[in-house]
Amino acid sequence: MTMKLRTPLGDEVLRLHAGDRVELSGTVYTARDEAHLRMKKEGVPFDPKGAAIYHCGPVVQNNRILAAGPTTSARMNKLSGFLLDLGVRALIGKGGMGRDVREQLRNRAVYLAFTGGCAALAASHMMLRGFFFKDLGMAEAVWVIELDSLPLVVGIDAQGNDIFETVRACANREFQRYRIPKG
Amino acid sequence: MLRALEMATTDALREAVIRLPPDVKRAIERAAAAETNPVAKGELANIARNIAAAEELGVPLCQDTGVPVVYLTLPPSIPLTENLYDAVAEGVRRATANIPLRPNVVDPLTRHNTNDNTGDGMPAIHVKPGERLTVTVLPKGAGAENVSRIAMLLPSEKDGIERFVVETVLLAGGKSCPPVVLGVGIGGTFDGAATLAKEALLQSIDHMDPLEQKLCNAVNCLGIGPMGMGGDTTALAVKVKTAACHTASLPVAVNVQCWACRRATKEVVW
Repeated sequence: MTMKLRTPLGDEVLRLHAGDRVELSGTVYTARDEAHLRMKKEGVPFDPKGAAIYHCGPVVQNNRILAAGPTTSARMNKLSGFLLDLGVRALIGKGGMGRDVREQLRNRAVYLAFTGGCAALAASHMMLRGFFFKDLGMAEAVWVIELDSLPLVVGIDAQGNDIFETVRACANREFQRYRIPKG
Repeated sequence: MLRALEMATTDALREAVIRLPPDVKRAIERAAAAETNPVAKGELANIARNIAAAEELGVPLCQDTGVPVVYLTLPPSIPLTENLYDAVAEGVRRATANIPLRPNVVDPLTRHNTNDNTGDGMPAIHVKPGERLTVTVLPKGAGAENVSRIAMLLPSEKDGIERFVVETVLLAGGKSCPPVVLGVGIGGTFDGAATLAKEALLQSIDHMDPLEQKLCNAVNCLGIGPMGMGGDTTALAVKVKTAACHTASLPVAVNVQCWACRRATKEVVW
């Protein structure tokens, strides 16, 4: 069953489980490395309470989002704590995040995965509403986007379950067969 | 001729970033049909819907439209001059403005963005002799490029090749946007192995030889799956290119390519 979510998000995110499919509607804010650094230094230019951050650098032409798939979230591993402290309820991206973020999400927020590279599909669920920090350039600016039912998977839930970590642990075990015997 | 080369470069980039080659689409369809993991099935369904949406809307299928890697074949009648490089760069600038492509190219140290996807040594242009003047583009996104690796293995440990390939995919996890295509360069020199690995990605993935199939099976045993969320399909294909090397060397390079294995070739006609 697919759960429907709408921003601003609240305690409903605490009930999600890693592996659940959700459809997200409402406002999301794109942010990559440079936007995180700017927000940390100068403050968040939107209300972070219940907000969803999308790790994405879209292609925008004539105030229209043409392509907006997720970027690698792990680059924001050390840059996300302050946003969660300010009340952000969902981080959206691809590839999962580090152990520190998993703990920072606990009892507060979730990490939602969108299929990497699916930029045209994402754009077909989006309307551009505005922007901040345009001086950072197209890829690094914060774009304000309205989503209509974007299909996502819960990658890390608020109980500390992490689908990426589970898969990684299995893959590491499988790789043991290549271990070179000592001596 | 220069003008035609410029136009062909733009056309090849447009085709590459909007439409996946038929062999890649077939490989994704085969993977979706065979996949048993429900999360992976969902991810592969999103990928299939995305491929259709990009073609229908005429927009890039991924927002990371990559850096322009370009391969030219040059017939004997055309001298290799700086003008050829300039024409390709102009084609990249036009593609960036018109398709559009995301401006990805920056100075490596100042990180200043030229906003037109050109810069020192970019587009990366590789020239080989050929029958006709053709331009092949391989727009290369950063997620998969960043997890690519090279190793100088011991010649006495050929088994290390499979281990290194599998380890590369293990370390990449979901960051490379699996299911991936792996270009593996074996032999040559330190830099040559990397060149071979990238060239391997130009080959059709409809067929794999026994070594390629063995490496592909070994990678898929990891169970990393689409986007690193588990599943049967971690690699769509492995392609290998080899070159002779020093008797004391065994260079191995793995160039990782996300599922959006974009490439297109145009013959330049004038």
